[in-house]
Amino acid sequence: MPGLDTGLVLRTSPHDRGGADTPAIMRDVVLALVPITLAAVFYFGVAAVLVIGGAVAGCVATEAFFAPRGRRFGSVKDYSALLTGLLLGLTLPPSFPIWMAFLGGVAAVGMGKVVWGGLGHNLFNPALVGRAFLQAAFPTAITTWSPQGSRELAVYASNLAVPFMKAPVDAITTATPLGLMKFQGTGTPLWNLVIGDTPGSLGETSALLILLGGIYLLRKRAFDWRIPAGILLAVAVFAGIAWAVAPATYPSPWFMLGSGGLMLGAIFMATDPVTSPMAPMGVWIYAAGIGALVVLIRLWGGLPEGVMYAVLLMNAATPLINRAFRPTPFGRGRKVKEDSP
Amino acid sequence: MGSGLASFRHGIHPGEHKAPTRELAVQRMRFVERYLLPLSQHLGAPSRAVVAVGQAVQRGQIIAEPGGFVSTSLHSPVRGRVASIGPQRLPSGAMGATIEIVADSFDAQRLALEPAAVGEIGLDELVDGVRAAGIVGLGGAAFPTHVKYRVPDGRRIHTLVINGAECEPWLTCDHRLMLEQSHAVARGISIVATAMGVDRVLVGVEANKHDAIQALQAALRVVGGGPPVQVVPCQVKYPQGAEKMLIQALTGVQVPGGKLPLHVGVVVNNVGTMAAVDDWYRRGQPLIERVVTVSGPGVSQPANLMVPLGTPVRALLEACGGVAPDAALVVMGGPMMGQPLPSLDVPVVKGTSGVLVFRDRDLTPVQEFACIRCGRCLEACACFLNPSILGRLARKERWEAMEEHHLMDCMECGACSFTCPSRIPLVQQFRVAKAQLRRMAALKKQRGDA
Repeated sequence: MPGLDTGLVLRTSPHDRGGADTPAIMRDVVLALVPITLAAVFYFGVAAVLVIGGAVAGCVATEAFFAPRGRRFGSVKDYSALLTGLLLGLTLPPSFPIWMAFLGGVAAVGMGKVVWGGLGHNLFNPALVGRAFLQAAFPTAITTWSPQGSRELAVYASNLAVPFMKAPVDAITTATPLGLMKFQGTGTPLWNLVIGDTPGSLGETSALLILLGGIYLLRKRAFDWRIPAGILLAVAVFAGIAWAVAPATYPSPWFMLGSGGLMLGAIFMATDPVTSPMAPMGVWIYAAGIGALVVLIRLWGGLPEGVMYAVLLMNAATPLINRAFRPTPFGRGRKVKEDSP
Repeated sequence: MGSGLASFRHGIHPGEHKAPTRELAVQRMRFVERYLLPLSQHLGAPSRAVVAVGQAVQRGQIIAEPGGFVSTSLHSPVRGRVASIGPQRLPSGAMGATIEIVADSFDAQRLALEPAAVGEIGLDELVDGVRAAGIVGLGGAAFPTHVKYRVPDGRRIHTLVINGAECEPWLTCDHRLMLEQSHAVARGISIVATAMGVDRVLVGVEANKHDAIQALQAALRVVGGGPPVQVVPCQVKYPQGAEKMLIQALTGVQVPGGKLPLHVGVVVNNVGTMAAVDDWYRRGQPLIERVVTVSGPGVSQPANLMVPLGTPVRALLEACGGVAPDAALVVMGGPMMGQPLPSLDVPVVKGTSGVLVFRDRDLTPVQEFACIRCGRCLEACACFLNPSILGRLARKERWEAMEEHHLMDCMECGACSFTCPSRIPLVQQFRVAKAQLRRMAALKKQRGDA
């Protein structure tokens, strides 16, 4: 028979594959971040491009450097390094020096991924490893917030700071809504939190756009919806309890949900499949843990914001959770019984 | 879940691809010149040939008898002459003892049809008759059917489950059979249910075969007799037709791990098997032919055909107008669990539900990425295993650790491989691991015996 006499392909079943592959999932997450990135540019000008670009360059350069050196280090083509850089950049303040952002990117991929054995082997979210590194290395720069509305400035002097020199300090600094809350006891109107018209990191300003990104990911089935749902629910519940007990001392749950990096963290950071649990029950525990830690750090910790540490801590707990919540094999549950003979 | 239809938990939704053949009535395939009948085309002991080379055989004549209790008979699908008995290529790729029959004349091959039984029959009569008729599970596994009816002492079967799920993409043989032979299926159900003395019969059909559900219900009303029969629409989900998944969907009961359906008082039979039982009972016809779906993007004229067993796949494909010039892969069975054929000169056997042809361009190049622990495989696995961990252990060849993670419960449905975004060949690795573990167990036993 023509066509088949030259030899048959032999490969074992299944002969069909379904759903997006790993690079497509990563690409979807990158796409979901586009509106947030554009909003960052809208609110902070060219500075946003520079900071995010610095972080992305650091990540991709590190990935490209190590990828050919090990068979398991992944490849720049799978979008994961681009994604890490984008996420890291979005957690940085607008006036952050570019060279620091680049260094953060190197740390994110180098310390967050490569040393663990590459994609799929890391314990912690690489973008947050990068940010934790920067927080430790440059505590002042990473907590210096510039006001919005200075859009025409386009670039902050500190963006262009020369590496390892004393950074020029912008004359005008301001406080984030969470900083105001923590240190001055002042609230911020909810509407400003929703549209993102507040000082803060590049990507954690508009809760609305982040939610839109989340909806896109949900439709694309690119992430586990239980994680953001669980985190937001846990924050609302725990913050709600504190607020109900002492409304004068503690902010409303709405404020807690809309402010800071919670939305970005819940939808884009905590959902990293590599560093979150696999079984649904474990995922709920993980999400609840992050929500509880966020409230704990924000209300009673020394820092105004706690999303990064909350996610990193629960990342660390993930192997344990995976071990504790293994699925019970079909027919091996305690209640499964055979007919008595 | 969600849809309100009967189902199991987890599973996947592969593309159905049933459109090319779902409306095509079953046509009888012409007789060809040469038939190959492997002595082992069922699970269990091979059959023993009872004919000699050169001997003339009639259509429907027994040519091999059961080689044990878990074995069955084999009959000639044509009138002709035994040309050879010896090793031939099997669909699995292995060589196996095969009776080759050269047909006498291509038409006018009639069976002397006489009822094998009349009225209600008992269990013994059913077991002996089904065994003598060579009937095996026609869903694909080809397990000798009479063995399921002979339950161990002290066990009682209260529910007969009939499998019409047909969850494998592309295949429509059971769908057409339920539509066109609904009365035969209904009669087969009545015969078996009565002989076994079950309390009820549940027929599971995926909800995408609405016409088949109606046809079966109408036929069951006409046929009547025996215990109450209920046709239950099931959610369209793979692997809905897996025995244990179907039992859970229809009865809510889980078969304990490592146990059989009979341990929860259930026997599962395929709809095609029921029609075969009716053929035997009413006409004395042994299992010498079956419905086969020939489909896939690489076949010229997709069809549902009534094919004499032993027909070479090459002849079957020629009867369907041949294949596309860039045809590359021929699968026996469905795309999820089917057997890739090593050659077109292997025969259609009792377990052949379909022959699918795929072209080069249909074969997605499989580039593997690192596992990102997304957990999709966990939510696909109907056995509730952790394919991600099993895959990691397989890479390290830690077979015993895989066994501790219940590898042996894996039914190799392939849902994990299908869904994995990193395209890791999970089920393929599990098959290797299971073979290794079986080998190790056999070695241990050998040493223990020595």
